[in-house]
Amino acid sequence: MAKVEMTVNGRSVAADVEDRTLLVEFLREGRNLTGTHVGCDTSQCGACVVHVDGKAVKSCTMLAAQASGSEVTTIEGLAGNGALHPMQEAFRDNHGLQCGFCTPGMIMSAVDMVNRLGPKLDEATIRSELEGNICRCTGYHNIVKSIAAGAKTMGKGMKKAAE
Amino acid sequence: MGVEGIGARVLRKEDKRFITGKGRYTDDHNVQGQHYAVFVRSPHAYAKIKKINIKNAMKMPGIVGIFDGKQLTGDGIGNIICGWMVHSKDGSPMNMGAWSALATEYVRYVGDAVAVVVGETLAQAQAAAEAVDVDYKVLKGVVSAEEAMASGAPQLHPEAANNIIFDWEIGDEAATDAAFESAANVVEIDIRNNRLVPNPMEPRAALAQYDAAEDHFTLHTTSQNPHVARLVLSAFYQVAPENKLRVIAPDVGGGFGAKIYIYPEEIVCLWAAKKAGVEAIKWTADRGEAFLTDAHGRDHVSKARMAFDANNKIVGLKVETLANLGAYMSLFSSSVPTYLYATLLSGQYNIPNIHANVKTVYTNTVPVDAYRGAGRPEATYLVERMMTTAARQLGIDPAELRRTNFVREFPHQTPVIMCYDAGDFDASLDAAMKASDYANFGKRKAKSEKKGMMRGIGMSCYIEACGIAPSAAVGSLGAGVGLWESAEVRVNPVGTVEVLTGSHSHGQGHETTFAQLVSDRFGLPSENIQIVHGDTDKVQFGMGTYGSRSGAVGMSAIEKALDKVEAKAKKIAAHMLEAAEGDIEIKDGEVSVKGTDKKLGWHEVCLGAYTGHNLPEGMEPGLKEGAFYDPTNFTFPAGCYICEVEIDPNTGVTSIEQFVAADDFGKIINPMIVEGQVHGGLAQGIGQALMENATYDADGQLLAASYMDYQMPRAADLPNFQVSTTETLCPGNPLGIKGCGEAGAIGSPPAVINAITDALGHNELAMPATPQNVWAAVQAGGMKDAAE
Repeated sequence: MAKVEMTVNGRSVAADVEDRTLLVEFLREGRNLTGTHVGCDTSQCGACVVHVDGKAVKSCTMLAAQASGSEVTTIEGLAGNGALHPMQEAFRDNHGLQCGFCTPGMIMSAVDMVNRLGPKLDEATIRSELEGNICRCTGYHNIVKSIAAGAKTMGKGMKKAAE
Repeated sequence: MGVEGIGARVLRKEDKRFITGKGRYTDDHNVQGQHYAVFVRSPHAYAKIKKINIKNAMKMPGIVGIFDGKQLTGDGIGNIICGWMVHSKDGSPMNMGAWSALATEYVRYVGDAVAVVVGETLAQAQAAAEAVDVDYKVLKGVVSAEEAMASGAPQLHPEAANNIIFDWEIGDEAATDAAFESAANVVEIDIRNNRLVPNPMEPRAALAQYDAAEDHFTLHTTSQNPHVARLVLSAFYQVAPENKLRVIAPDVGGGFGAKIYIYPEEIVCLWAAKKAGVEAIKWTADRGEAFLTDAHGRDHVSKARMAFDANNKIVGLKVETLANLGAYMSLFSSSVPTYLYATLLSGQYNIPNIHANVKTVYTNTVPVDAYRGAGRPEATYLVERMMTTAARQLGIDPAELRRTNFVREFPHQTPVIMCYDAGDFDASLDAAMKASDYANFGKRKAKSEKKGMMRGIGMSCYIEACGIAPSAAVGSLGAGVGLWESAEVRVNPVGTVEVLTGSHSHGQGHETTFAQLVSDRFGLPSENIQIVHGDTDKVQFGMGTYGSRSGAVGMSAIEKALDKVEAKAKKIAAHMLEAAEGDIEIKDGEVSVKGTDKKLGWHEVCLGAYTGHNLPEGMEPGLKEGAFYDPTNFTFPAGCYICEVEIDPNTGVTSIEQFVAADDFGKIINPMIVEGQVHGGLAQGIGQALMENATYDADGQLLAASYMDYQMPRAADLPNFQVSTTETLCPGNPLGIKGCGEAGAIGSPPAVINAITDALGHNELAMPATPQNVWAAVQAGGMKDAAE
């Protein structure tokens, strides 16, 4: 058994888990944070992307023990309190989702993309940066649009914060 | 109508829960006393089960039961059936072999379930499943349809001699042969439609609960049609009578056909919960299991000949198709390569004589059934590759050959059952050619060639049949069910509205579009309307969502129920306002007497219906109406897709430079959602054309059984799509809807392949057009040029 302590969506949590417990299992089963999904067994689909210490991580590829001591943000904690993060809003405004299963991972990857590369993202960059996220419903067309729009709004927020 | 009615781009009501992680899919549900099921699966394509030894596994911690097929059948659980009877041309019924949810004597594909292990935790059940020792006698299996029919091939089911399930035909063979006799030109093609794995992003899952006190089951499952699941689980598989079985399909993460069928896992989890004496059993497929057990799609091999007269008018079409149905007959498997395929072989064209012969066979592969488009992509691929090939051979422009043969008068009876009710094929072809700047393709090609690249353009003019279907018609063709839809509209005393529908939304946005119908009818804001679906305890019955039927059939049922609600509300209002019923108007949430200032709020009329204080003589209180809608015909979405590609001859890599879609879906309720459906369909069709391939090795191992091996389109593989619509209304249903869910996947593969073969300058290219296949085709073209 491993003792893990981490901050999940701003709350500190501690638990004893089996050594092999994956971060995604810890979040879904241990914390009932079922917004993080499992879509494959091979770290290909990205439905399980969360942020660990501010960086996008496929939570099916990390042990809960490895995340011990970290700050973890899941889709549920991205905005919180009924508010929407600009990227969440952009997905809704641009019909960037259909069945919704890949969506949490898409949004978490998209936010990470803006954090890393800044808010001015062209179509080719967005498409290539989505290499680790698979969607079977949308053909990506509206996801790309959503991310461009969400990035723009995030950029305005960043500018405002800088001022 | 205001901003939320029919035709408005209303943002989706359901999105908030999905973007905040509050969607509730089957695996997100957990209940008290929940155990976990893990299936022991065959590693062999074909083998006899000699012995199953569970002794060691049963001793492992947390294991409460391990059950096999003999126990399952011993408890009277019925075999899995195909619900559509197809007869061979000699009149004999299809040769359906037995399929037990857990194999009893033989396993017939890699992944066939042999036993189920029930444990307190998933890890315990997984560990014990590894310890179940199955002794197999491995047999030689067969993977391809051609080999399965060959003499000396392994025989998979005693019912099906030579592995042939049926040998079916449609059309007048003698008349078609006669047409070929007098033809000026005959064009032939041999084509293969590659096997695909549907791959909804949410893997299948089941949470089976058993209440011993009530002898009652509840199943949460990933289903496109929970009522059909309940019916089949009850009437055919004898799991429980319908009144003792509640099926809930909560949020479902995509379906594409793969979640229509009732699979072994759902049956076994229900049965095993009772058998093991536990309150609940959960099973969730991992992606590897999904590849090995979700019904696959396509897998046709066809030979086709098309005959033309001297004026390039088509005089006949002959088709021979071999369809691989896998190891067992899945629920609708027989209908896909027959009534959903060969009935569309007339395409958008006047073809006086058609004859098609379809043979279906068993092989040691995953069962094949309907996947997005289901038969219609196979028909369209054949007809549209044929039209482009013919244009090249006859030396005329591909658009011109199509126009020469377009159907322009409606209704149009084809020689293969379908009667097209409306359409304007010139309009969609014109729109697509304009949007793609078809006329200037030559300039773009020259530019590519300057860079050392090859460039091609291809089109596909598809027609498909949706809105499945008139119950009596499909009944006469062998369907075991009726294909109507039901709806119930419940108006609450405060005027808010609940619509209960038998359709099921798993990405299609019904919670938004169905609400738009109510908004449009009564002028209510969409937040006052709730769509209820996916629960057999709430919705009385329904046939579910597949075949692009929820608009044309599901919404028509809602319209019918709304008609009844409106009529009753008007009667009540007329009585309350002391006016004639014919003068009552319901608009913008108000009920008024035309031409006067007399009016009531919608909520006042609704409250009046429920207080019952002042109702017309003899009227029952309440405002709730139900309807069943049975379509009168199929609907016929049609359109034109144009694809332009650039190929690097050194690597064979094909890039899609532009993709244009011009579709006619009839009336559109929400253009935003319709465009999204087209985008998604195109992505799956382009995936089939360029990369997706469920490849087996000779021993029956599925080589492409993970996302590392089965290539699906990622964002960088696809362009932005240029989509538009033209409109001819469907005369067969109250809204004029045709359906839009599958068109993209149906129309796009031939457009892509026609574009690539245009660039290549020859027709020898197999689908999928992977870089390897394209590179080889470039080389073959070069050699051909050199030889000439």
